[in-house]
Amino acid sequence: MRTRLLTPFTLLLFLILPHLSLAVESSPLSGKLVITGSSTVAPLVLEVGKRFEKAHPGVRVDVQTGGSSRGVADVRQNLADIGMVSRALNPDEQELKAFPIALDGISIILHKNNPLVSLSEEQIVGIYRGQIKNWKDVGGKDGPITVVNKAEGRSTLELFEKYFKIKNSEIKSQVIIGDNEQGIKTIAGNPGSIGYVSIGTAEFAAGNGVPIKLLPLQGISATVEEVKAGKYPLSRPLNLVTKDNSKALARSFLDFAQSAGVEDLVKEQYFVTFSKK
Amino acid sequence: MSPSLKSEARWILVLRSSAVCSALLLLLILAFLCKESWPVLREKGLSAFIYPGAWSPREGEYSLLAMLMGTLSVTAGALLIATPLGLLTALCCNYYMPPRLASYLKRMLEILSGIPSVVYGFWGLTEIVPLVNRIHPPGASLLTGSIVLAIMVLPTLALMADASIVSVPTQAVKGAAALGLDTWGVFRSAVWPAARPGLMGAVLLATGRALGETMAVIMICGNIVQVPTSIFDPVRTLTANIALEMAYAMNFHRSALFVSGLLLAFCIAIIVSLASLVRPRHA
Repeated sequence: MRTRLLTPFTLLLFLILPHLSLAVESSPLSGKLVITGSSTVAPLVLEVGKRFEKAHPGVRVDVQTGGSSRGVADVRQNLADIGMVSRALNPDEQELKAFPIALDGISIILHKNNPLVSLSEEQIVGIYRGQIKNWKDVGGKDGPITVVNKAEGRSTLELFEKYFKIKNSEIKSQVIIGDNEQGIKTIAGNPGSIGYVSIGTAEFAAGNGVPIKLLPLQGISATVEEVKAGKYPLSRPLNLVTKDNSKALARSFLDFAQSAGVEDLVKEQYFVTFSKK
Repeated sequence: MSPSLKSEARWILVLRSSAVCSALLLLLILAFLCKESWPVLREKGLSAFIYPGAWSPREGEYSLLAMLMGTLSVTAGALLIATPLGLLTALCCNYYMPPRLASYLKRMLEILSGIPSVVYGFWGLTEIVPLVNRIHPPGASLLTGSIVLAIMVLPTLALMADASIVSVPTQAVKGAAALGLDTWGVFRSAVWPAARPGLMGAVLLATGRALGETMAVIMICGNIVQVPTSIFDPVRTLTANIALEMAYAMNFHRSALFVSGLLLAFCIAIIVSLASLVRPRHA
């Protein structure tokens, strides 16, 4: 009789106890957090979200992509708790609050065997407009230039357009690529090509023997260090944005995403860690 | 009703509902494509998509003509390479090769057909693109796309062609041989007429696969929206267009990408009806 009673009771105890202790130890956060927006930021936020879920078992983080503009629109319409925006907020978006979680720079890249060590901004614009078609016109070896551009809608393209004040319809390219990785492979396979990709990815590839080189811009070399120091001109913040961060769950996630506890994740995605002031 | 009849009736019910389900699935997808493309079709009309013009969705221009030409030219190029190669491989396997060696060759073709398309794309980007680039930059081009796609559809084509040659009745083959015809004569007079619908089917199936291929094509075709004037020109296919821009598209742009899908479905429908036109003549 005694054992009969004891067994189910102990079993129940075993089932309940861990939960009790957890509830006491960790925060009472629970619920679902919807985050939408930039496909550049999404892979990082996905990893941050996984770590956040591990720390708070009651929380589900749902990450969806659709571009920075969707991030802004969804937060405005309360469809998402947090938006991902891979640029600084525009003047007409100032009612939102931005929380930078990382930095990203864009580097012009050439094949390693290309003897050129730098190009002026006018030369880059000329090449992308199709006015300069041969490397010898910018002081290089005789040979046609293959212009590699990003597909429409990519935030790297938008930043490139904005910086060089050039419209996508004016760009005369020979190859259009999707992601950074494809861009690096395309440049590495074509000694006469020029392209632009995210600095972190390019630096990593070049350091691992891929035959590409990163060109300096305005005399500042394209390195993760220079982006971090805020000196490299062609860079952008990767932001999380909210309408109001009064909700405990969203606020807690924003704090976590900006904390030193996720710096390794930022580096894993080849972004530049953002040092909080 | 006897028990066996009853169970057969149940079996027929299962069969019929499966068939209806498969057909419904297609209708569902088509309905979805139509629903998603409707907003932009209503606003701009079908003509905006099929007349010559530019594709710059952010500036309200949606012409898909260049990409349709891109899709069709890459597919045609791939078939031009793969069809003779596949048919001759099948022929060789059956008549000009020791059976043991032929069975090894077929195993290898089966493995070739199982390699994921992204691997072909990766290989094309790192090996074929630089090679073509040395002949004529930029390397990522209609020619590169056709070569890699040809390799991708070759196993399907060769194996199906082989199956249709094998299925030719033995009497016909032996009869023709008994008349004193040589191997080529047997093939031309007995095998070819009987196997032709199957061979056509193999080519059409390969066409379908080439039309729909996406991952490899994105990596090796250059993705420039233009009607190609030379085989060294980069092109963008309809599938590449969807995959490149879908993640970033909103509103009309997104809707226009579904129109690309609809157009592609339309192309496949034409291929399938061609296939059914070919078959009954010889059945």
